Amino acid sequence: MSIKRFFAVLVLILAAPVQAGVDIQHWQTPEGARVFFVESHELPILDISVDFRAGSARDPVDKSGLARLTHALLDQGAGGLSDTEIAHRLADVGAVLGGNFDRDRAGVTLRTLSSMAEKTAALDTLVRVLQQPDFPLAVMQRERRRLISSIREAEADPGTVAEKAFYRALYADHPYARDENGVPGNLEKLTRNDVSAFYRAHYGAPNAVISLIGAISRSEAEAIATRLAEGLPAAASLADLPLPVAATASTVRFAHPSTQSHVLMGAVGVARSDPDYFPLFVGNYALGGGGFDSRLMREVRDKRGFAYSAYSYFLPMLQAGPFQLGLQTKLEQTDEAMEVARSTLQQFIAEGPSEAELVQAKANLTGGFPLRIDSNKKILEYLAVIGFYNLPLDYLETWTDKVNAVDTAAVRQAFARHLDPERLVTVVVGAEGAR
Amino acid sequence: MHKLWAFCLALLAGSTHAAALTDVTLDNGMRVIVHEDHRAPVMVSQVWYRAGAVDEFNGTTGVAHVLEHMMFKGTPTVPPGEFSKRIAAAGGRENAFTSRDYTAYFQQMQKDRLALSMELEADRMANLVISDELFGKELQVVMEERRLRTEDQPQAVVYERLMATAYQAHPYRRPIIGWMSDLQSMTAADARDWYARWYAPNNATLVVAGDVDPDEVVALAKRHFGALPARALPERKPQGEPEQVGMKRIVVKAPAQLPYLLMAWHAPTLKDWERDTTPYALQILAGVLSGNDSARLQKSLVKTQQLAVNASAGYDMVARGPGLFMIDATPAPGKSVAALEKAIRAELLRIQTKGISDAELQRVKAQVIAADVYQRDSLFYQAMQLGEYVSTGLPPEALLRRVEKLRAVSAEDVQRAAQEWLREDRLSVAELDPQALKPQPERTAVPGVRHVN
Repeated sequence: MSIKRFFAVLVLILAAPVQAGVDIQHWQTPEGARVFFVESHELPILDISVDFRAGSARDPVDKSGLARLTHALLDQGAGGLSDTEIAHRLADVGAVLGGNFDRDRAGVTLRTLSSMAEKTAALDTLVRVLQQPDFPLAVMQRERRRLISSIREAEADPGTVAEKAFYRALYADHPYARDENGVPGNLEKLTRNDVSAFYRAHYGAPNAVISLIGAISRSEAEAIATRLAEGLPAAASLADLPLPVAATASTVRFAHPSTQSHVLMGAVGVARSDPDYFPLFVGNYALGGGGFDSRLMREVRDKRGFAYSAYSYFLPMLQAGPFQLGLQTKLEQTDEAMEVARSTLQQFIAEGPSEAELVQAKANLTGGFPLRIDSNKKILEYLAVIGFYNLPLDYLETWTDKVNAVDTAAVRQAFARHLDPERLVTVVVGAEGAR
Repeated sequence: MHKLWAFCLALLAGSTHAAALTDVTLDNGMRVIVHEDHRAPVMVSQVWYRAGAVDEFNGTTGVAHVLEHMMFKGTPTVPPGEFSKRIAAAGGRENAFTSRDYTAYFQQMQKDRLALSMELEADRMANLVISDELFGKELQVVMEERRLRTEDQPQAVVYERLMATAYQAHPYRRPIIGWMSDLQSMTAADARDWYARWYAPNNATLVVAGDVDPDEVVALAKRHFGALPARALPERKPQGEPEQVGMKRIVVKAPAQLPYLLMAWHAPTLKDWERDTTPYALQILAGVLSGNDSARLQKSLVKTQQLAVNASAGYDMVARGPGLFMIDATPAPGKSVAALEKAIRAELLRIQTKGISDAELQRVKAQVIAADVYQRDSLFYQAMQLGEYVSTGLPPEALLRRVEKLRAVSAEDVQRAAQEWLREDRLSVAELDPQALKPQPERTAVPGVRHVN
């Protein structure tokens, strides 16, 4: 990625001051960490999120699970404090340390009361966790065993099995193909050196996005951001991931001792930066993103009683993320349900939404916009996403305009550009009787 | 309509915020609770019916939940699908949930769209149409839901079977979603009966939270719900659970990779919120055992002894019926469920004989106080808690003063509650005996998109 390019955008944005429901302040620390801040005094709390390009797509090929394990170990011993001491310090002041982890992103979140004693203790712990993780060997071995157990446990869940197979089928050799949690065989071989090397390479300030919302002043936010960034490892900014290639059509079936088949269908979709994002997002509301208000739900659930849920979504990522359509149905009617879903999708790709469907989609999305930013937690997540994916600072301000600007032709064209009905990947997990 | 009470309470010193609560009962017996929160121009509106799985009879388990699904299937003036469509067009989000004790419906929308929500809810409270055809389709959906959430989830099966074991007589022994055989033989008439029995304004509470004016909310409620007549509700007979007189133990076999252990002790729930002390002490006890990453189960079983990969304790003091104090754990690779159970018992014995430290008590209380502030970030959750409290027979005041009651718990209270309630004779234990997952066959990539039917 290019910091420079972002800077150019940033200058333009700062020149045109924002005035929206959410006033996002933005700056950069001397080390290159980008900071996003919303001052909010309604509640005596402070939320912080610090995110890095350190998700599972950054795993070396033969070390699948390294990113996940590194992330899991951050708060399990740091700055000379043991895992228990860290947990005690946070709990003593009612602070909650959490995390984000997916293929793109690894991050740490902190929620604390904004009163001085509590805030100080919580921040002190966060700084240690981010800047001085010790990765004690015994703890690493323990957490690795736990991670492997959770991977094994999930093998009983047909939904998880289907999800993993879907990404493998879709992304082949691309890093997005790898499971977020890794592979037990690879995890077993990881050394403490692997973990600390991964940390040093990926958790540097130039890769950091610091988001804050809560009852603090701008100057305090600056001081906190500076403190969070200045002790991070001196890592260079990371290269972009390779571009995924479109998958070829395939159908993969896995036997599983479940009473339902889990069906996933999809294709390589779009990156977060894709100009087609809004037409696809709005159009997908009508297809399978609008819950009971969507075609898939109507066809698969309401009309035929085939499934409890049927959905579709685009998951935009740093590189093209997946388009996914999913349903679960009892074994005997798997093929029938798949056919309904497939023809619903194909018809939508061919014809796009009706005028009425699009009006409905836009009404819901724009009318429901206030619900997307009605809590600090939701705004924090938007700050992190805006920062991590280099979205414009006025993203929230212009969101409803962008939705309103979408018309049926734009949806049809965007779907045609990104989804080829002849190149869909299908994964079915269920009893072998499914085929 | 009489105003019972309305009050303002500053929840926390130093907060710029006060929680304003209005609690009113309409002439037809419907209760209306308004919680003002002006942080964002949105509101959540929830209708709570005091009827859940606990009110069902054998043979028709799951009917409360099936009716919840049918509530979206139309009235003479709002055809099937139209309810969701109108809410969606107004930018709203809506759904419903059924629990053991209640069934609730909700809409989240911009603040000025409350009237639409009330109009539609009042209509389906009185005029629901349950056609045989739509019922048949929706029943299939519910069976898929059961397969998804229970049949194919080994730990969910363990939970379901443990409940059926721990409770011998009380209806909490039945799964909320119903036994599959009851679903298979359920008819539209069962759903109509349930609706006629329980869906009356005098069995419902409307909770509205958000950037609203309480007087306007009450006026709207009066306009939309006020005309619906109260109806005689069936007599609710007390359904006691006979005292357990010895430990129970079951083994559940299911396809899985790892074993799993679930333990449950009978425990009281909150009834007289001002005088009861044990439920608050049990809540603190659950926090001491697993309230944070350094709590006892995590520290001892997961980190130090490394017998478990996960272990946690849970207890919910808010319920219409008798409660359970539960502990669940997954053994670490190579460790047995038996060894894990023994270690859990040893942890409990330590608390029963030696008590807890002041540091532990203060730590859990700090978390309780902070969590109470954090909850105010979520409008939905605030409304949810109010609905839960009143639907289980507790006044809103019990919720507003919960933190104060939890703060008053002493280390001795916690030790005493552990001694009195976590006893062998009240215990039921369920163990998941994992059955081998069939080895997955090689991937069979079939080129071409058109597969054969």
